[in-house]
Amino acid sequence: MSDSHTKERICVVIGASHAGVNFAFSLRKEGWEGTIVLFDKDPVLPYHRPPLSKAYLTSEDGIEKNLLKSAESYEKEDISLNLGVLVHSINREGKTVQLSDGRVQAYDKLVLATGARPIIPSIPGIDTATNVYPLRTAEDVENIRNAFHASSNKRAIIIGGGYIGLETAASLKKLGGIVTVLEREERILARVTAPEMSNFFMQLHAQNGVDVLTSKNVVAINNADGVNTVTCEDGSHFEADIIVVGVGIRVNLELAKDAGLHIENGIAVDETACTNDKDIYAIGDCTYHYNPHYRRHVRLESVQNAVDQAKVAAAAICEKNPIYNSIPWFWSDQYDIKLQMVGLSDGYNNILIREEESEGTKLSMWYFKDDVLLAVDAINNAKAYVLGTKFIKGNNKVDKLKLADASISLKPLNLLVE
Amino acid sequence: MAKITFITTDNKTINLEGTSGSVMQLAVDNGVPGIDGDCGGVCSCATCHVHVAPEHVGKTGEASEIEEDMLDLNDYSNERSRLCCQLEISDALNGLVLQVAESD
Ligand SMILES: Cc1cc2nc3c(=O)[nH]c(=O)nc-3n(C[C@H](O)[C@H](O)[C@H](O)COP(=O)(O)OP(=O)(O)OC[C@H]3O[C@@H](n4cnc5c(N)ncnc54)[C@H](O)[C@@H]3O)c2cc1C
Ligand code: FES
Repeated sequence: MSDSHTKERICVVIGASHAGVNFAFSLRKEGWEGTIVLFDKDPVLPYHRPPLSKAYLTSEDGIEKNLLKSAESYEKEDISLNLGVLVHSINREGKTVQLSDGRVQAYDKLVLATGARPIIPSIPGIDTATNVYPLRTAEDVENIRNAFHASSNKRAIIIGGGYIGLETAASLKKLGGIVTVLEREERILARVTAPEMSNFFMQLHAQNGVDVLTSKNVVAINNADGVNTVTCEDGSHFEADIIVVGVGIRVNLELAKDAGLHIENGIAVDETACTNDKDIYAIGDCTYHYNPHYRRHVRLESVQNAVDQAKVAAAAICEKNPIYNSIPWFWSDQYDIKLQMVGLSDGYNNILIREEESEGTKLSMWYFKDDVLLAVDAINNAKAYVLGTKFIKGNNKVDKLKLADASISLKPLNLLVE
Repeated sequence: MAKITFITTDNKTINLEGTSGSVMQLAVDNGVPGIDGDCGGVCSCATCHVHVAPEHVGKTGEASEIEEDMLDLNDYSNERSRLCCQLEISDALNGLVLQVAESD
């Protein structure tokens, strides 16, 4: 293919967030000379999502302090960013996408970076309740902040004790709220961590004056005179001025599905992030993909996955034969606690907890399947996090007795089995 | 206001000026290659790794514990390594020269 030919090619990206934006810049970096067109229905310049429930929620900053890239960066790289535009459908035969404003955009390569949307559970009364918000977009934060500042009692109920729910609880507490988290399961973070970690976070929130209640299945919300009463299955009631819903996400895969692309627990892609149509790729939260290290298919909700798949797709489209082979990582910040996680813990059958001898909270949890290290959760302990990353990547065998001994420092040579 | 110079891994010099925010944000806003800032500036990703010019270590001060720990096993770190999301722009940084660290 000659260069002049390449210049005429068009790559269209649906979704301009962590995956889509990183993809567009990576594609330029890989040498794509053609047109790059990004579409997102969100009217705001693309921004970082993780701070939305953390530092950004408690700040008074505008979203311009939180952008993925500056407006000039898109111009400089000749990336056409089209905000406030919904993509309606994909026509694979004609290789076009239909936009909500009636326009039709042609493509040579199409990238789906459509991510996910929050689930709003069908609780009776949730539609008529006041100040009920999910937390996924800058607009959601704006709404939560406004409702919070306008409220005199500042009673916040968080439905769902996952990371986003717990971070939001910590942030609203910091802002002076009276905060209660209602979790349906018997423990918080049940889907993503070991019981020991759930206990740690239960205690952390209790110490900071947030009520985290488990086995609380919300069955109704009643609104009278602007005050919501949240009722749980066990009969308990909670009054709320603001309700934040954090019960998980649903993948945005309708476009892909309607276009007849292969769907599993997300848009199915291969190790180059390509779908079953060779001209259509999918990246980020919306994908169901193979992880070579753990030898199974996964769907991940993380910045790491969005960025790494974006890079792989960009390299693949520029014919560089990349392979997606990353060890997943994630973080969460609550109060003065920094949690860093690496690996996938599913399938573990033993756990080692190590508490450092330093002042203050500093610990790490090492998830093993027999002797194979699967994952590490590190609390205020970046050393454990980077060491865990190295061991997992290298398939290293770790001396568990030494690892459990906090007098032996966290250094590779101290802990490897010869 | 501070004038900050980045030297990229392929030895290009990029001169920038900033008034507030972090050095990482300044670099990302201006597309400095090798500074990605994937975590948004909270010491979680280490994609904002720089080496402070030897004569400027006094301007930036020492790396914090979490920065050191994040770079502990990094092949490209040295005693002048910083995560530049932790460098807040102020007059004190005027004239600072930073070498963008390599990465795998
Ligand atoms: C509050 C919060 C805290 C988080 N904290 C962390 C954290 O600490 N660490 C971490 O690693 N991850 C965290 N995450 C997850 C992380 O933000 C996501 O994994 C990441 O945003 C995924 O990026 P994405 O681009 O794949 O999808 P998304 O960010 O969901 O973006 C998809 C985009 O596509 C657009 N779109 C969808 N369909 C269409 C259409 N038909 N037409 C036009 N546009 C469309 C949407 O408007 C959206 O902007 C957090 C997420 C949230 C919400
Ligand atoms: S931006 Fe992630 S560590 Fe600095």
